Order: sequence, then C-alpha cells, then structure tokens
Amino acid sequence: MPNLLAKGRLARWSGVAGASLVTLTTMAGTVLAAAAEHAPNAAAGGEHASGGLPQLNPANFPTQIFWLALTFGVLYYLMSKKALPRVAEVLEARQERISRDLAKAAQLKEQAEAILAQVEKSLAGARSEAQTLISQASADIEANNHARQSTLNADIAERLKTAEASIAAAKDEALANIRTASTEIVRDITGRLAGVEVEPAQADAAVAAVLEERRG
Amino acid sequence: MDPLHQFQIHSLFQIVLGGYDVSFTNSAFFMVVAVAAIYALLVMGMANKSMVPGRLQSLAEMFYEFVANLVRDNAGHDARPYFPFVFSIFMFVLIGNMIGMIPYTFTFTSHIIVTFALAATVFVFVTLLALMKHGLHFFSFFMPHGAPIALAPILIPIEVISYVMRPVSLSIRLFANMMAGHTMLKVFAGFTVMMISGLGALGFVTGLIPLAINVALTGFEFLVAFLQAYVFSILTCLYIRDALELH
Repeated sequence: MPNLLAKGRLARWSGVAGASLVTLTTMAGTVLAAAAEHAPNAAAGGEHASGGLPQLNPANFPTQIFWLALTFGVLYYLMSKKALPRVAEVLEARQERISRDLAKAAQLKEQAEAILAQVEKSLAGARSEAQTLISQASADIEANNHARQSTLNADIAERLKTAEASIAAAKDEALANIRTASTEIVRDITGRLAGVEVEPAQADAAVAAVLEERRG
Repeated sequence: MDPLHQFQIHSLFQIVLGGYDVSFTNSAFFMVVAVAAIYALLVMGMANKSMVPGRLQSLAEMFYEFVANLVRDNAGHDARPYFPFVFSIFMFVLIGNMIGMIPYTFTFTSHIIVTFALAATVFVFVTLLALMKHGLHFFSFFMPHGAPIALAPILIPIEVISYVMRPVSLSIRLFANMMAGHTMLKVFAGFTVMMISGLGALGFVTGLIPLAINVALTGFEFLVAFLQAYVFSILTCLYIRDALELH
C-alpha cells in the first residue's frame, strides 16, 4: 500500500475531518441548547428520569457529544499521525524486502544458469578435444605399429637369411665331416675286410665319387 | 432488574463548559478506554517493527489490512487519503461494541446520540468532500443520469431525502442493534434470576433454559458487535465513493 498516507493530502483531509467534527459539535450544541432547557436539573444522569430510555434523555446529549468529539478526534489524530504511518512503514519495508529478495533470487538463478551454460559449453569443448586426442593417438599408434611391424619383418627376414646361411654352412661342414669320416671308415673297413691299406687320397676320391653320385 | 438500567449514564466527574454539562461519565470513560486500547494495540503491537510479526503485531497488521482492503474495494483507489478516517471509525465502533461485551462495562455505541454524532460526522465529512471535489456540480447527484426531465420534480425530492436520511439510517442501525442485543441479554439473565428466586430449587433447573439461551445470545452478540462495525465502515466507504465519483 504505497503512499497510503501521503503527507500533504493527509494533512488536507485531516482538516476536513476536523472541520466535520467541529461543525458537528456546534450543530449538535445549537440543537441541544433548547433540549437542555427542558431538563433543568441537567445532572448528567438519567437515573431519575422517570421511565423511558436513558438514551432519549436530552440531558445526557451534551456530555456524550463532547466526549465523543474529544475521544474520536484524539483517536483520528493518533491513528493518522502516529499509528497508521508506522504500520504502513513496516508493511512497506516487508514488501520491499520480499521483492528485493525475489529479485535477488531471480538474479542468482540467472547467474547460476549462465554458469551452467558455460560449464556445459566447456564440457562439450573438452569432450570434442578428447575425441580429437583419442583419434590422433590411435592414428599415431597405428602408424607406430606399422613402422615396428615392417622393421620387425625386415629383421626377421634378415635373421632368416643369416640362419639359412649358417644352416647351409653347417650342412656343408657336416657334409665335409661326413666325407672325412666316410674316408676314415672306408680305409678302416677295407683294411679290416680286405687287408688292403688304401691311400687316404684314393679313399677320399672314391667317397667323393659316391657322394657325388648320391647327391646327383 | 430493569434491563434498561445498563444504559444509564452516571457522572463520574462534574464538568460544566460554557453552560453545558459535559461531565466525565461512565460513557466518556469507556470512550477513553476504547481509544487507549486501540492506540495501545497499534503502538505496542508495532513497537518492534519486526519483519516477521509476533502475535500483537499480526493483530495490528490484520486490522490495518482489513480496513485498507475495505477502503480499496468499496471506495476505490482514490479513497486512500481517507483511510485513516475509515480506520478510526471502524476501530472506534468495533472496540466500543466489544468493550460492551465485557460484563459491568458500558456500551457507548448503544446510545443514539453517540451513533448519530458519528454518522453525522461521516455525513458532514462526505458532503464536504463532494463539495470540495465537484463544487456545485455535486448537486447533480440528486438527479439520476438518464432519467427523463419530466420526472425531476419527483426524483429530486426522493434523492434529497434519501441522501439526508443516510446519517439517520446509519446511526439507528448501529444503536438499535447494540441496544436490542444488550437488552435481550439482560432480559434472559433476568429470567434466570426470577426463576431461582420465585421457584426455589425447581428454579435452579428451569433457570438453566434462559441461561443456555443467554450463552447462545452472547456468541451471537459478538458477531453483531463485529458485523455492525463492519457495516458502519462499509457504508462510510460507499458514501465516500459516491462523493468521489457522483454515481
């Protein structure tokens, strides 16, 4: 209820209310002047008024009007100048506080929403960044694997070759050994069986011829 | 045993002013009590000016908002400056009626001169307001809009009489309600006392009937006490609206 007790207008209207009261008192006074004459012992009491309503005893009228005007006037003054502005002040302060709090709440909500949007945005950024990192990393790994595989393959081929070479060497050596051993065995056998001492060169030539024959 | 005895005025302190007897009476005493009670409620209630009101402050704020809504709904937004006036009227009549519900007190609103003076104050206030606001145009109030001119000789006197009768109906309504209610309470209470003194032991039994009626009537009287204050203020608001808007 803002401005309910606007000072300027209030002063004007308390004037009107005051004027009403004064008019009333005067009016009633004039009307009652005659009435009072009919009750000579106007002892402010209807106790001795024979019968009838005490309310209709004109002797009571002046005091009633006087005290009503006085008390109501004081009440109006106290209400309009002291009590009601105070209530209005408290109610306005409360209303203001409530609307201020509501505005603050709305503002905070807006802030929170902005922060939330920002968080979501950075989250999305981080996610896409992670995605690119992952794909890059997997491409790197792929490339690395390829490279290692090819070096490994080369290595294996190399080793295979050396291994094959050494196998061939070993085979040759073994064959050579077989030839020497065979020559020895041939000389030994011929010596024992035939009692013929074969010359090493002769035996070797015979073994070589057989080996050549077998190989062919 | 006179049910009208409660309405009698006793002088507590003799005062004569300008030839008039304006003694401080039991009626005047309770008017002062009413004003003091209203002021105390509003000032003590609002003493803390709490953001979250306590009991007394809630009551004070409730009265304030009740009358503020009354004025806004019935007299319109332009009637704000007269809120203190309506508030004073409402509280004075309400507290006056309520004080009357306490045994051994005096109900000043059961006196026609008091209610008439209040109603006349409203009448004078409203008429001055209308004159200040509309000047001589105010008198067009007595000729309803759209009515044929030929009817003016009949309509204008009727409107004038109904306007002038406002304070009479306003004051008699309140006075008659309060007086009738309090008289009735006293009459039924009297029945109980008469039965006991007249019928002896039987009277204690039959006397319960008017006593029970009195209990119901007391509750009803509280309603009337509030309702009449409400009606008085609502009519004041409607008169203010008439004065501001002239139809």
